[in-house]
Amino acid sequence: MSGDPLLRGTIDFVDVLVVLFKVGIAFGFLLVATMFMVWFERKLISDMQNRIGPNVAGPWGILQTLADGLKFFFKEDLRPREADSLVFRLAPYLSVVTAFVAFAIVPVGGVFKDGDPTSGTVSLFGKETYLQVADPPMGILLLLAASSIAVYGIMLAGWSSGSKYPLLGAVRASAQAISYEAALGMAVVAVVIAAGSLSTHDIVAAQSGGYRSWYWFATGLIPFVVFFIAATAELNRPPFDLVEAEQELVGGFHTEYSSIRFAMFFLAEFMNVITMSAIMVTLFFGGPAGPIFFGLDWLFPTLWFFGKVLVFLFVFVWFRATLPRLRYDQLMNLGWKVLIPVMLGWLLVYRAIVLWRDDKIDPIPTIIVGSIIAIVCTALLTAAFSAGDRAFERENTPSDREGS
Amino acid sequence: MAVTDKVDTAALIQHRRDLVASDAVLRISEAEAAAQASPGDPDDERMIINMGPQHPSTHGVLRITMELKGEVVMRSRPVIGYLHTGMEKTGEDLTFLQGPTNVTRMDYASPLFTELAFSLATEQLLGLEIPERATWIRMLMTELNRMSSHLLFLATNGMDLGAVGVMIYGWKEREEVLRFFEMVTGLRMNHNYIRPGGVAADLPDGWEDALAKILTELPARLDEFDVLMTGQPIWRERTQGVGVLTTADAIALGATGPLLRSTGDAWDLRRDEPYLAYPEVDFDVVVGTYGDTFDRYAIRLNEIRESMRIVEHCLHNMPMGDYRVDDRKVTPPPRARIDQSMEALIHHFKLFTEGYSVPEGEVYAAVESPRGELGCYLVSDGSPKPLRMHIRGPSFVNLQTLPHLLQGGLVADAVAIISSVDPIMGEVDR
Repeated sequence: MSGDPLLRGTIDFVDVLVVLFKVGIAFGFLLVATMFMVWFERKLISDMQNRIGPNVAGPWGILQTLADGLKFFFKEDLRPREADSLVFRLAPYLSVVTAFVAFAIVPVGGVFKDGDPTSGTVSLFGKETYLQVADPPMGILLLLAASSIAVYGIMLAGWSSGSKYPLLGAVRASAQAISYEAALGMAVVAVVIAAGSLSTHDIVAAQSGGYRSWYWFATGLIPFVVFFIAATAELNRPPFDLVEAEQELVGGFHTEYSSIRFAMFFLAEFMNVITMSAIMVTLFFGGPAGPIFFGLDWLFPTLWFFGKVLVFLFVFVWFRATLPRLRYDQLMNLGWKVLIPVMLGWLLVYRAIVLWRDDKIDPIPTIIVGSIIAIVCTALLTAAFSAGDRAFERENTPSDREGS
Repeated sequence: MAVTDKVDTAALIQHRRDLVASDAVLRISEAEAAAQASPGDPDDERMIINMGPQHPSTHGVLRITMELKGEVVMRSRPVIGYLHTGMEKTGEDLTFLQGPTNVTRMDYASPLFTELAFSLATEQLLGLEIPERATWIRMLMTELNRMSSHLLFLATNGMDLGAVGVMIYGWKEREEVLRFFEMVTGLRMNHNYIRPGGVAADLPDGWEDALAKILTELPARLDEFDVLMTGQPIWRERTQGVGVLTTADAIALGATGPLLRSTGDAWDLRRDEPYLAYPEVDFDVVVGTYGDTFDRYAIRLNEIRESMRIVEHCLHNMPMGDYRVDDRKVTPPPRARIDQSMEALIHHFKLFTEGYSVPEGEVYAAVESPRGELGCYLVSDGSPKPLRMHIRGPSFVNLQTLPHLLQGGLVADAVAIISSVDPIMGEVDR
């Protein structure tokens, strides 16, 4: 079972229409969802901070984002003299486009049954199809690719501004993305091992037997936590929003941006929050899975999906309202010294358990060999970390700094 | 006895030299900095960056020129003067009666302290004895002001470290105190309430209830600050061991207030050189251990609690009597008397046109403001206007420590440290 049933066999005009329809719906949905996400965040944060928040534009201020967007659109588009013109204009598109692309692989509805070839399909214009824009065989890798390219948007924006604070933001962005991409990727590996497929559709199908068939043990403990932290960092959301860090870098990479170009970065950030929440629901919480009432199987899976996404959106906003920001080096330490080793260790442990369970390999040698590897790795890592700390100290103590 | 009492002068001078030799201050001209800004040697990772005067975290218009290597601050220099309004010079053109209106605008986060220092200095020159109630009202109001100032610090410190919620919570609590100020003085800031000879007006009806409300509600809110920040792992990581100041450094650089106390030196003018009625109230001087950003935060948080003890004591022991001295040469007569007494009318007219003459002499009076030793130095030539008025602003002196605190830290630390020094630029530039 692989690939969208729509694209099997010959492709006629209706198939193309269906694909275009799905793309259009996804595009429109993401834009509207982003609009509501901005409003949701502002409203929720103001509630958490004893404020009123937006309340003028529309009922409950719900049209505030639209008003802001219009305002951005009519503002003067300033470009610094020192800026690299082409790259400066290109960067916002890199951010926005990748934010759209990543959402394409998320299944947003459909009744899933493991092993059933018709699972997760809906009927559109008389054609059976998945309720997701695309289901490429390498599936989840597309997310990693898209989020990596999105970093180029931020990095190039900071670099091309020809200004110092954005440059610092750009350097932070690239360092942060490289470190957290690794942890993110490894957390995805755990899911892929458990589900046995890279395709998001198959990953959701493998978890389709109710919440009991979600991989609580294999991916629910460590990979989910690692993924959540890494995703927050990847999104540049508080407490990992060092790239923007208003209090330090005056806005970071987008300091020099104004008008609609700034709005694009803003849009991309919130869109990425929605996409990442959707990915988390897909990978760890069964996507659209959930009880269906009154036989409304076209409605409830989608409702469940958005309900789960909303929970994560709430948590992201909650983070922002509560937590202070990490420092750059602490962020790096967390990524390289905690998340990545923990994730590597978990992959080893999990594989060992799978070997013992599925291939009936004697557990005692497995445990002994595993412990030896774990001890050796921990010792090597500890030595490497302390050597690194010493080198950093040496380099940055005032005594042997070149004076002038 | 505090460490400051037994300072070895020779060692102090030597320490000052060491501090200069530590090369923490960026001593280059603007032109040189501009020349270094253009790319030269590609292996040179140093970069000169300006933080401020328009920067979200420099508390007004402080500007810091920093030499960075990567994100590590190598040398730095605070540049001040962007808010210079010449208030000290203006003070020489205003009568002693008008003085508080002027000085209250210096430290706009704790205006009552500058008024108090000015009034104490003027009263010393006049040799005035202040009624007991006036003294206690002054103590009550300045301690409340210390609370509001420290709450503002908590708010901005949280903001600078990225905890946006804390900013609102700090302001919210400060608002309660400011509401009380408005009730008593008619204004939320720049009160001109403490004047030579006493205070401008007696406490209004119902002040006890308003104050009791603050005192019952605030402790629980402060505990919430503890939950949100003090025990927060990220918060501790960001502040502990960041911007460490030693007692010797602090003394050599003239730092006072929470900055000095955070190093473990329990120097508090309220206890060590008492003024007002501080010997009669019970409070603890909060000290730190490590002199880092966390200690400075914790000291201010706990000083709010200590101030609340003093305020509570004032609430229960407020003496009755006059709220200003009954000397018609210094304080105006009651409004009703002007219609009845020719003498009262003359006094009133003279006070508000010419002012009162102050005996010749010079005097220095210091109070413990939320930021440290706030002193007022007055020289009088016997006329109604001071010949010279100078304010020792603790923010200004504390700023000297900045290059030493910033050295070796990251840009993110710089923001945390500037915030923890808590400078008020109005008082720095005067």
